[in-house]
Amino acid sequence: MDLSNADMLRMFEQMTRIREFDERAGLLMEQVKVHGSVHLYCGEEAIAVGVCEALNDDDYITSTHRGHGHLIAKGGDVDRMYAELFAKSTGYNGGKGGSMHMAALDLGIIGANGIVAAGLPIGLGVAFASQYQGNDRVTVCFFGDGATNEGAFHEAMNMAAILKAPMVFVCENNGYGEWSSAASTTSVADIVDRAASYGIAGAMVDGMDVAAVHEASIAAVARARSGAGPTLLECKTYRYYDHVGRDFGVLERDPDEIARWRARDPIKHWREVLIAHGVFDDNTADTITASIGADMERAIAKAEQAPDPHPDALYEDVYSESKV
Amino acid sequence: MTNKTMTAAINEAIDQEMSRDDKVFVAGEDVRVGGPFGTEAGLHAKYGDKRILNTAISELALTGIGVGAAAVGLRPIIEIMIMDFVAVGMDQIVNQMAKMKYMLGGQATLPIVVTTHAGIDSSSAAQHSGSLEAWFCHVPGLKVVMPSNAYDAKGLLTASIRDDNPVIFISNKRCMASMMEVPDESYVVPLGVAEVKRSGSDVTVVALGRLVVDALTAADELAKEGISLEVVDPRTLSPMDMTTILASVKKTSRAVVAHEAVRNCGVGAEIAATIADEAFDFLDAPVKRVGAPFTPVPFAPALEKEYLPGAQEIIDAVRSLYS
Repeated sequence: MDLSNADMLRMFEQMTRIREFDERAGLLMEQVKVHGSVHLYCGEEAIAVGVCEALNDDDYITSTHRGHGHLIAKGGDVDRMYAELFAKSTGYNGGKGGSMHMAALDLGIIGANGIVAAGLPIGLGVAFASQYQGNDRVTVCFFGDGATNEGAFHEAMNMAAILKAPMVFVCENNGYGEWSSAASTTSVADIVDRAASYGIAGAMVDGMDVAAVHEASIAAVARARSGAGPTLLECKTYRYYDHVGRDFGVLERDPDEIARWRARDPIKHWREVLIAHGVFDDNTADTITASIGADMERAIAKAEQAPDPHPDALYEDVYSESKV
Repeated sequence: MTNKTMTAAINEAIDQEMSRDDKVFVAGEDVRVGGPFGTEAGLHAKYGDKRILNTAISELALTGIGVGAAAVGLRPIIEIMIMDFVAVGMDQIVNQMAKMKYMLGGQATLPIVVTTHAGIDSSSAAQHSGSLEAWFCHVPGLKVVMPSNAYDAKGLLTASIRDDNPVIFISNKRCMASMMEVPDESYVVPLGVAEVKRSGSDVTVVALGRLVVDALTAADELAKEGISLEVVDPRTLSPMDMTTILASVKKTSRAVVAHEAVRNCGVGAEIAATIADEAFDFLDAPVKRVGAPFTPVPFAPALEKEYLPGAQEIIDAVRSLYS
């Protein structure tokens, strides 16, 4: 794979942006400064970035409850994202969605979703619209291993295969669905095995390696765009934190398991690759990380100062005004 | 103006809107062959595979196609063959299309029509006979439409397709073959506007869907006894045109609310409660509700007949107001 230094650097910055965003989001949830549930993407950054770097600006994604990484990777503005977590009127959803419903339709981000696997049938509809309109846009559906046990997964995969829909189904297999291990809930160890039952292409990659995710995504996106149909791309990864927040205290995981995965941290790994390639040195990498961290602090301060939604917003946007 | 069945009127509305706006498409099970009720008859030959999208038996994927396609600018008509099947696609209707505009802070516009066929029809039994409109009237973000005749069906469906909101369009199966004069050209019956189907002075009967036909029969019958019924057809169940209903009740001072769905927590309960709230001082008698008993729909014709509310139940309810 030919990645320019600029590409490699941007991927490092994007992964770092996601990590710095969510580490702070977790802390802010514990401090009860942000509202509701926050599902952290820490550990899975290579997937969102590896996939979205293979997309065009006008391609679409559907996301999940664990969606901050997808939004940032697809071009989301962290100022508006933090503002949404703080339930402010300047947030992406005007403070009416929160973490689980963040969307930016103008960036092709159809939305995070509080219902597991719901983004797959919606993504199918978006992809069908591209076929209908005759454009070459691709739709990526991100979802976890738990989503593959939902009926929506089966229905959407089958119809996507029948329609040869321009889609990539990206399964972030982090080993846990909420507080239950995939081993205890899922009939296959490798989600990619489920692709065969729909007669579609399947690929499995190391979800901790952004280059591997990116290379597989380029192939899957090209297949979708060419009209050859969808791909199920399984990315093996790990959720560093709890289902909700950093430590919700329901599930006890083996500390060795956590340590093993953290030792393969996608950002740390990519940083070493970039240093080996001479893209930057340790000092520059530290400076970049610190600078992104400072951006987050500014965004948080700005979000804290932003206005709450006006009480009238309660009644707005339930219905569209229709002139029939 | 031609004599048409409600099925033909619905087919004509879909055809005319598809011809008027190339963003409009139909997705559903067996729509390629016109659907089991014939509402898409002839449309596949005219519009082809993309605009008459024949789907797998996958109500969740099918409804999701509607949500996704609408979110990026199309105007889907999603046919759920039988209303009971809507339960399979419920997440996409209730959690996705109904809430998306609101929870996304207004970013999304979702012009979707979910068409479906409800009610009892020749021993279809408990999973093919449901009248489930109350489920959807309970959900903010959805509009719910239920025509009682062919003229309204065509005009209301045209309005529903042109509306920028998700609309659940419910046709009662026993109304599908009913005939009446329907204009050949396109027209709109506005959503959220009730119609007084028969003027009267003694009792207001607010009837939904097929029960409008039964209420008109009851009105003929009771007229012989000198009781004059005013029959109001809301046509749109959400938003409900309470203005028209309350004006009628304030005139007659008595009200009966009638629908085919089970009476418990039915749409009639909401109408009755609103009448009590807003027109209590005008009432000479309690508001009576006519609806099906609180059982699943039975299979045996003998039980089905016992279950189904109709003209006689409306007559009995009206008489009880005078006892």
